[in-house]
Amino acid sequence: MSAIAIDIGEKRYPARAGAPARDIFRAFRLDIASGEFLVLLGASGLGKTTLLNIVAGLDREYRGTVRFDAGGGAGAVAPRIAYAFQNPRLLPWRTVLENVALPLPPGEESRRRALAMLEEVGLAELAPAYPERLSLGQQRRVALARAFVIEPEVLLMDEPFVSLDEVGAARLRDLLRRLLAGRPATVLFVTHDSREAVELASRIVVLEGTPARIAHDIGLHLSREERAAPGRLEELRRALAGAAG
Amino acid sequence: MSAAARLLLTAVSLLVLVAVWQVAALWVASPLLPGPPAVLAAMVRATETGALPTNIAITLGRVAASFLIAMAVGSAIGIALGRSVALNELFGPWVVVLLNLPALVVIILCYVWFGLTEAAAITAVAINKIPNVAVTMREGAAALSRDLDEMAKVYRLPWSRALRHVTLPQLVPFFAASARSGLALTWKIVLVVELLGRSNGVGFELQTAFQLFDVATILAYALAFTAVVQLIEVGLLQPWERRANRWRR
Repeated sequence: MSAIAIDIGEKRYPARAGAPARDIFRAFRLDIASGEFLVLLGASGLGKTTLLNIVAGLDREYRGTVRFDAGGGAGAVAPRIAYAFQNPRLLPWRTVLENVALPLPPGEESRRRALAMLEEVGLAELAPAYPERLSLGQQRRVALARAFVIEPEVLLMDEPFVSLDEVGAARLRDLLRRLLAGRPATVLFVTHDSREAVELASRIVVLEGTPARIAHDIGLHLSREERAAPGRLEELRRALAGAAG
Repeated sequence: MSAAARLLLTAVSLLVLVAVWQVAALWVASPLLPGPPAVLAAMVRATETGALPTNIAITLGRVAASFLIAMAVGSAIGIALGRSVALNELFGPWVVVLLNLPALVVIILCYVWFGLTEAAAITAVAINKIPNVAVTMREGAAALSRDLDEMAKVYRLPWSRALRHVTLPQLVPFFAASARSGLALTWKIVLVVELLGRSNGVGFELQTAFQLFDVATILAYALAFTAVVQLIEVGLLQPWERRANRWRR
C-alpha cells in the first residue's frame, strides 16, 4: 500500500518573456510507500522542487492527481504535511519559539510543545531570540523543529541542508534521523548530493531529462552499521554516480 | 552625534527662530505681527478661559476619528488592490481620481450632501486621506513575500493567523509611512473642515480670530496645536514604530 500516489499527466511551464515553454513532467508516476524515506536525486532544473510543490498542494496548475492514503482507510482525508524549504522561511518578526509554535493552535499547550521541540533540536536557550540573529545552521534547525512539531505524516524536504559546511550538514542529517526515529513519517527528500542521498534514503529515485523521467529506482536496505561504515557508502555512491551517468 | 547633543541643537535652532521673530516684530511694530510675548499672553488668556484646551481636544477628537477610519478603510482597499491584479486594473483608476480630487471639493460635497454635521465633517477628512493610504499600502501588499505565503499555506494557518503573523508584519513599514504622512495631512484638513462648517474646534476659533484680525490668537492656537501634534508623533508613533521594528538587527 502506498502512502502517496503521484500521477501527473502533464505539467508544463508556459513560454514567458523569451524563455520557451518547457515540459516538466509527462505521464509521470511515482508511488511512495508508507514510512519510506524517498530521496529524489537529479540535476537542478529538472522539476524536483516542482514535484514537491505539487505534492504540497502549492502548485495546482497541472493535469493529474496526487492521492494520499493515511492508512486509516478513509483515503480522502488529507494528511498532515510539513515542508522544509530550501530557505528556512522563518518569520523574522517572530521569536524562535513563536516560529515553531506557529503551525499549532494558539495557547499555552502549544508553547510547551514548541519548547520541547526546540529542546530536542538543541536550541532551547535561543527560544526568545529573533531568527536573523541565528546562524544559517541554527535557522535550519528551527525550520526542522517547526516541521516536526505538527507530527507530520508526510514530510517534504527541498535541499534543506544545502550551503552548510560538511560538518554542519552531517550534524543536521544526524538530527533528522533522530527526529524521524521518534516520529515516523513518509519523507520525500530532494537533493543533488548523492552522498547525502545514500546516507539518508531507504529508496533513491534518480530523475533525468526533459520531461523528467525516472532513470533509476533503487531500494536501499542498509543496517545502521552499514550506513556508519564509510567504505560501504562510498561504494554505493560510486555505483550510483556511474548509473546516473 | 549623541541624543543629548542633537536635542540641544534643536533647542538652539528653535531659540534662534524665536529671536528672529522677536526682531521682526520689533522692526514692523504692528499689531498684525505680534512678538513672542504677545502670543504667549494670548495663549495664557485662551487657556485660562478654557477655550484653547477645549477646542484643541475637540479638534484632536476629529483628527483621531477620521485618521482611524482613513487608515482602516485605506489599508483594506490598498491590500486588496495590491494582492489582486484584476481588482487593481478595475479600481486603480478610481484611486487616482480620488487622489487628485481637491480636498476642498470633497469637503464642500460632503457638507452639501450630508448636511453640516459631525459625521459629514469626519467623512470628508477621511475621504481625503483614504487614497493616500491605499496607494502606500498597495505598494506594500504587492511586495509581500510569496515564500512566506506558501509556508503559511503548507502549514494550514487559518486566515486570521496568517494575516496577523505573516501578512501584517510585512506591511508595518508601509503602515508607519502612511500613518506619519497621514497625521500631518489629516490635521491640516480638519482645520479647513471646521472653518467651513463647524461651530467649535481650532479651525472655528481661527476663523473667529481672522474676522477680528486677532493675529496673536491665531498664532497662539497654531503653535499650541502644532506642539500637541508633535507630541503625538514623538510620544505615540515613534515608540510604536520602534516596538514593531525590534526584531531587526
